[in-house]
Parts: sequence; structure tokens; C-alpha cells
Amino acid sequence: MSLPQFTFLAPTSLSEACALLEKHQGKIKIKAGGTDMIVRLSHRAVKPDFLMTLKKIPDLNEISYTPDKGLKIGALALLREVEISPLILEQAPMLARAAHATATVQIRNMGTVMGNVCNASPSADNIPSLVAMNAIIVASSGKKEREIPIDEFFLGPGRSALQANEIAVAIKVPKLAANSGVSYQKISARSKVDIAAVNIGALITLNEEGKCKAVRISMGAVGPTPLRASLAEEFLLNKKITDETLAEAGRLAAEDASPISDVRASREYRKLMVEVMTTRALKEAAGFASQRVVKCKSS
Amino acid sequence: MKKELITLNINGDDIEIAVHPWRTLNEVLRDQLHLTGTKLGCGTGDCGACTVLLDDQSVSSCLTLAIEAEGHKITTIEGLAPEAATENDLENLTLDPIQESFIAKGAIQCGFCTPGMIMSGKFLLDHTPNPNEAEIRAGLSGNLCRCTGYNKIVDAIADAAEKISPTK
Ligand SMILES: Cc1cc2nc3c(=O)[nH]c(=O)nc-3n(C[C@H](O)[C@H](O)[C@H](O)COP(=O)(O)OP(=O)(O)OC[C@H]3O[C@@H](n4cnc5c(N)ncnc54)[C@H](O)[C@@H]3O)c2cc1C
Ligand code: FES
Ligand code: FES
Repeated sequence: MSLPQFTFLAPTSLSEACALLEKHQGKIKIKAGGTDMIVRLSHRAVKPDFLMTLKKIPDLNEISYTPDKGLKIGALALLREVEISPLILEQAPMLARAAHATATVQIRNMGTVMGNVCNASPSADNIPSLVAMNAIIVASSGKKEREIPIDEFFLGPGRSALQANEIAVAIKVPKLAANSGVSYQKISARSKVDIAAVNIGALITLNEEGKCKAVRISMGAVGPTPLRASLAEEFLLNKKITDETLAEAGRLAAEDASPISDVRASREYRKLMVEVMTTRALKEAAGFASQRVVKCKSS
Repeated sequence: MKKELITLNINGDDIEIAVHPWRTLNEVLRDQLHLTGTKLGCGTGDCGACTVLLDDQSVSSCLTLAIEAEGHKITTIEGLAPEAATENDLENLTLDPIQESFIAKGAIQCGFCTPGMIMSGKFLLDHTPNPNEAEIRAGLSGNLCRCTGYNKIVDAIADAAEKISPTK
């Protein structure tokens, strides 16, 4: 179906873009890659008077890394770019895996990681690993920048903590602590092309004795926003990582999940899959973390 | 509302055209420029029938605004084998190796998915000259076919890969 009519805006600076957001409040929508926004327009889920592209704003597509500041992923970095970026593959390979697990080749060539985050879908593929890694969303109002911890970014389905005059400009991902590992796991009906029925991001840091020193688990598609598996996290702290403790953590994660039944999966199936996928994610993350323990000791 | 005059670089030609900003590249290609090789299936990014290359990257033309395609190099199925545009001269018609392989391997039934499949195949082989079967299937996972059952399409891409970048 044809798109509804709108006036197209293509500002060439952040300050211009934020001024336009301010001026046309309530009547304007932002697009980056447009793979969510154009579909919503075509379904008439939104009918803005103005559609503003971010594509003409320079330098928003950069991916950079510094040892002290960690990774920075610009708002216009494409899913495909994150998927194949040597920097990301080296510093945070799970972010590349999550980008790769998103949508189809064509959509990854168009869509951005930031768009996936700002769209704030509970099932978004790139959110759980970013939550596990304690990412920060940098928002700009053109005049000021502020940093929003990702734990505070999602307010509900499609709702984020961005103000009406703010644009998200970058995702900051802190450098992994020593002896840490990350995993991203997804399950969906039509292999990875499909929207996730359940997805899990996990980060584990081990201490010298191989006990869990820190852990963050993010569960997607099982609540109105991505949820932290707090019971499982509390249980694992200071415990030795064994098949038994990981299985128990999975069970506790399922307790924290509040999924609904929909076309993709039933509530019961989702709960079971949270258990399986959480255990699997923790096991992989702990595996990576312990490889690093070994590496640290031998070097 | 006013149309905007833009220049689209399509298959090597600069074309000046007036478009409404809400028109998709798919609409402009098909309805205004009559380049109907590019199909419209779902219109929501799911089926891949509308796939074109934008600066050599495969994208869904149904989700691309025409106005945003300005300044980029657009390649459609018609541009893959420029000679093929001269329909009257079938004797001298040359096709892209991927197109030849689709014919040779019987990978076309109704043909609706074919242009999109071939553009996705082109993007795949540009980046992965010698894909294995899993890589071919992953490369085509954004394209649906209701007829062939995919196997012959996978064969065709493997055949084309071998012609373009022989492994032996
Ligand atoms: C066929 C198809 C399959 C898909 N499959 C998946 C899948 O498997 N997994 C998945 O997670 N998603 C999937 N998606 C959804 C979509 O592709 C992703 O969410 C994508 O990452 C969105 O990025 P974009 O740049 O295209 O966002 P856009 O559509 O441009 O924007 C998305 C939303 O974020 C806002 N926004 C974007 N950038 C900013 C910014 N910098 N600041 C403030 N607000 C911003 C927009 O206003 C809009 O509300 C699919 C979509 C399609 C069409
Ligand atoms: S018509 Fe564009 S993906 Fe189906
Ligand atoms: S040949 Fe008919 S849809 Fe593929």
C-alpha cells in the first residue's frame, strides 16, 4: 500500500534536527533505516505530518573503540556494519551475533542497531546483549547531551526514555571487565529471519576461584520491556558455575518472566524456553569468561 | 502537495524525475519509470521480491523512499545485463551469469520471485564468491519463493558462483 502523505525533512546537523523535533512536536516522526518506521507508516499505525530522516547528519555512523572508554556505536551504524565490523567482532562479538540474528540480509543492509533499540520492541534482537553489557544510550537535544543507562531506557512497548526533542546519537558499551564472557541466544519459528519468541543476553564475570563475581541477564519477548532476571542473578552471585547452578538459574529466570501467548509462541512454551535459553546463555558466557581466566593466568 | 525534482542514477543513467516524498523507490521504478522487472510483493520488507542494489548493497525497494535514493547508485534487474534491455535483438542478448544459471538449472517457475532472488544472489556472490550451501541459503533467506521449493535456486547460485569464480 502507498504511504500516507507527509512533508519530508532532511536536516544536516543535530541542532537543526532537534530544533525541528521541538517545532513540530507531536506531528513529527524520525526515521533512520526506516525498516520499522516505513512499515508502520504503510500500516497507518502512525500518520505524522513530518517525517525526518537522520541520514544527512554527518558522522553518526561511526563505530569506534578506545581501551578506556570502550565501544561507541553511532546512531546510523547499520545492522550489517555492526555484524561485520572487525572492531565489534574483536571487542564484543555477541553484538555482531545479535546484529546478524536480526531480520534478513536486505533489512540488515538498511536498518540500524540504534533503530532497533529506539523502536523499543520487547523482542528486539539487539537489546538483550546490550543490556547484559550495561550499555549507555547517549541522547542529544542539540544543545546538551545526556547519558541514559540502558536499564532505564525502556518504558514500555515502543516507549523509550527519550524526550520529544531528543535524538539518540550513540550507544556506548563499556569495556568488559577481566574474566568476563557474554552470550546472546534467540529462538524463533522461522530460523533467525523471524522475530524472536524468546531471546536472552547474559554477561558473567568470574573471580579467581571460578565463582560468579558479577552477572547480568536480560530476557526479551517475555514482558512489556526487556526484563532483568533478578532472581537468577542474585542466586548465582558468589556461586561456583556448575551444570546444577546454571540449571537452577534458568529455572529462576523463568520465574521472573511474564510472557503472554501470541502468534509466535504460547506463554507456557516461552517460560520453558526462557529456562533453556538462560541456562544455555550462562553456560556459553561462563565458558568465554573462564577461557579468559586461563589466559590471564598463563600470561 | 508539491513534487520534488530529483536525479536518480539507475543502471548507470542519470534520470531526472519529479516525485512525491512519500513515494517508495519501488513505486517510482515500477509506476513512474516502468521498470517493472523489480516486483512488489508484500510491501513490508518480508518477501524480497522488490530487492534492488543501492550502492551495491541489497535493499528492499518497498521500504526505501525514492527521495532518499538520490545520490546513490541504483541497480535493478534490468541493469544486470545491459544488453538485455534491447529486447528486439534477441540474437545478441547476453545475460548475467546468475541469470544464465537460473535458466540452466530450472530455477524459475512463475518467475515472480526471480528478479529479487537474482539481486540477492548478486549481493551474496559479490561478497562471498564461493559460498557453501548454508551460505547460499542464508544469503537468500530474505527472499520467498512460492513455487520452486528453493533447491533449484540454490543450485543456480552455486552454478553461477563456479562460473564467476571457478574453484578448480
Ligand atoms: C522484514 C523485517 C524483518 C525484521 N526482523 C527483525 C528481527 O528479526 N529482529 C528484530 O529485532 N527486528 C526485526 N525487524 C525490525 C527492524 O528491522 C529493526 O528494528 C531495525 O533495527 C530498525 O532500525 P531502522 O534504522 O530501520 O529503524 P527506523 O525504522 O528508522 O526507526 C525505528 C524507530 O526508532 C526511532 N529511531 C530510530 N533512530 C533513532 C534515533 N537515532 N534517535 C531517536 N529515535 C530513533 C524511529 O523514530 C522509530 O520509531 C524486522 C523488520 C522487517 C521489515
Ligand atoms: S515487496 Fe518489498 S520485501 Fe516484499
Ligand atoms: S518461481 Fe514462483 S515465486 Fe519463485
